[in-house]
Amino acid sequence: MDVGRDVTLLEATRRALVDAMEASERVVLLGQDVGRLGGVFRATEGLLERFPGRVFDTPLAEGGIVGASVGLAIGGLVPVAEIQFAGFLHQAFHQITQQLARYRFRSRGRFHLPVTIRAPYGGGLRMPEFHPDSLEAQLANVPGLKVFAPAFPDDAYALLREAVRDPDPVLFLEPQRLYRSVRGPLHLDDTGSSAARLRREGDDVLLVSWGPAVHTCLTAAQELETGHGVQAAVLDLRRLSPIDDRGLCEAAAARRRVVVVHEGVRTAGLGAEVVARLQEALADTISLPILRVAAPDTPYPPGRLEDHFLPSTGKVVAAALRAVHGR
Amino acid sequence: MTATRDWAREWAEGDGQPLQLLGHDGRILRPEVARPPDDLVREGLRLMLLSRAIDERCTNLQRQGRLGLYAPVLGQEAAVVGSHLAIDPAVDWLVPASREQPAMLRHGWPLDRMLALMLGRFEAARIPDDVRMLPRQQSIGSQLPHAVGIAWSASIERRDDVTLAYCGDGATSEGDFHEACNLAGVMQVPLVLVVINNQYAISTPIAKQTRAARLADRARGYGFPGVAVDGNDLLAVHEVTSQAVERARSGQGPTMIEAVTYRLGFHNTSDNPSLYREPAEVARAEELDPVARVVAYAETQGLVDAAAVEAQVLEARAEVATALERALTYPTPGPDDVFRHVSAEEDQRASE
Ligand SMILES: Cc1ncc(C[n+]2csc(CCOP(=O)(O)OP(=O)(O)O)c2C)c(N)n1
Repeated sequence: MDVGRDVTLLEATRRALVDAMEASERVVLLGQDVGRLGGVFRATEGLLERFPGRVFDTPLAEGGIVGASVGLAIGGLVPVAEIQFAGFLHQAFHQITQQLARYRFRSRGRFHLPVTIRAPYGGGLRMPEFHPDSLEAQLANVPGLKVFAPAFPDDAYALLREAVRDPDPVLFLEPQRLYRSVRGPLHLDDTGSSAARLRREGDDVLLVSWGPAVHTCLTAAQELETGHGVQAAVLDLRRLSPIDDRGLCEAAAARRRVVVVHEGVRTAGLGAEVVARLQEALADTISLPILRVAAPDTPYPPGRLEDHFLPSTGKVVAAALRAVHGR
Repeated sequence: MTATRDWAREWAEGDGQPLQLLGHDGRILRPEVARPPDDLVREGLRLMLLSRAIDERCTNLQRQGRLGLYAPVLGQEAAVVGSHLAIDPAVDWLVPASREQPAMLRHGWPLDRMLALMLGRFEAARIPDDVRMLPRQQSIGSQLPHAVGIAWSASIERRDDVTLAYCGDGATSEGDFHEACNLAGVMQVPLVLVVINNQYAISTPIAKQTRAARLADRARGYGFPGVAVDGNDLLAVHEVTSQAVERARSGQGPTMIEAVTYRLGFHNTSDNPSLYREPAEVARAEELDPVARVVAYAETQGLVDAAAVEAQVLEARAEVATALERALTYPTPGPDDVFRHVSAEEDQRASE
């Protein structure tokens, strides 16, 4: 895979895993079907052959995968675990919230857990129940756990390298509908930061998003420009916990109108956190209309119904116009 | 039909091989075991052929882009049908995993409704109110504690329904499996748990799922009987399940049945099994085809002949075609359906 050439997000993810495993012999991969099959999305294709003895097919047990990763890390390894679909993180939640995220705190720093958990998520692929759920709000609510959510190949690479290098646990959310549909240049940059990143310039309104919804925002921004003469900037949060307050507030203060867009459900969604942080940081200086476009408070619906559930370009455009012009 | 023996004990005392009543050529191996009534065999064969016709049609529809993901039953028909034939759909509960189509049909879910689900017409696919069956479960193993709860409720209320639950070999690794089995044993609930060991969980072979020689061995640790049966042998599966149902109904508690079979097809329509298993292995498994075996048995018993089987295959296909036409007349969902059934207050739309 040539550096500089356009690659898919999936290829960038795989390359990050390869490079992380080359960089440190302590990095091991584990998860359901990650070995011989190379993962249900083929993210780990070829890695078993390339790194024999360091890639493990596990039994079908998410709690065990995460719980064992805790032990592997204590035993000196750097586990990168895959949960086949983020919707099944719930089967591992007691291990994530009560154990993985708290070990450093509980042991007063005696143990720290350099564990990365990769999990595909997000809608648009007509997946069965649970497979498309966006659980980032539930994960960002766990102290001690970092949450990364790339939306582009270069970020998939850079953020995954950063996650594996991090001395503490990182939940790494991979946008499944972008795996093969988004291409971009690959920079083997593993020194960058996980700060929020402006993916499009624009003076009138700021669209804040992460993961697959970033692309919804980019399309909406295009439409706002051509159809309405509105210049929308798009901020990709990239790291959902801890949120990059500075990057977020600077970008918002410069535009003074904000729309937060996400695929997770509205109530207690991560958008609420973004709104609250902006209010807290900027309340004394500017008054700022902030709107949300999120999934409604229903279970993720099956089949074609997801088109009515996911934030659409139209909904983002409407919200942006409202933020700019008022009702 | 009354079961003749204590199969779990017989199995435990044997050589560990799954119990078998029919040879691969359909010959009777154990003449001393009472045979099921002819009508039951005919019904079993009909359901197995219907299952194949559904697999065939749904796979084609998926390939044409007219249907979402499909997970075939192919190869597992005797395990599913043989076990379900042991319960009474009017009385007993069915708790499926996600690959038990013929059991769900026999339990009372009309075929056109099942196809409606595959076609994304969700309202029409609703399980009828008088059918005692849970919906398919996509979260592996999560249905098992529910099955224990249903069976437990029968004990508490002194009802005489039995709960028949299914899961795959992969599901036995989940925490829910352990918690369900343990509770079922402690409460001595009227549960029959059929573990369909089709050798694979997507690409993961059973050897990577467990080091135990047989999944059925686990039952002993939970304090109830377990028995491994040849899952491609309709008669054997039916026989051991009948006995387990009898035990459950008479208050003697749960039984675990491991139906040893093989997933002849792909995991689902987006899977490519050639990446993880050898064609020779699949070819060997195809020789043990459960449909061929029951056909051979039925032929030697004079229940059917080759022409009748051929006619039944065509009938099954026609039945699927008719049901499919019906299914296509049901309404496709609209935006409002996202908000329906979220809670009892139907009109209080979830905020958008
Ligand atoms: C809790 C959970 N984890 C992972 C998955 C993804 N997944 C779907 S089917 C499957 C394998 C299931 O294997 P098994 O229980 O043996 O049943 P089979 O599919 O062979 O019938 C997996 C891992 C899931 N649906 N649920």
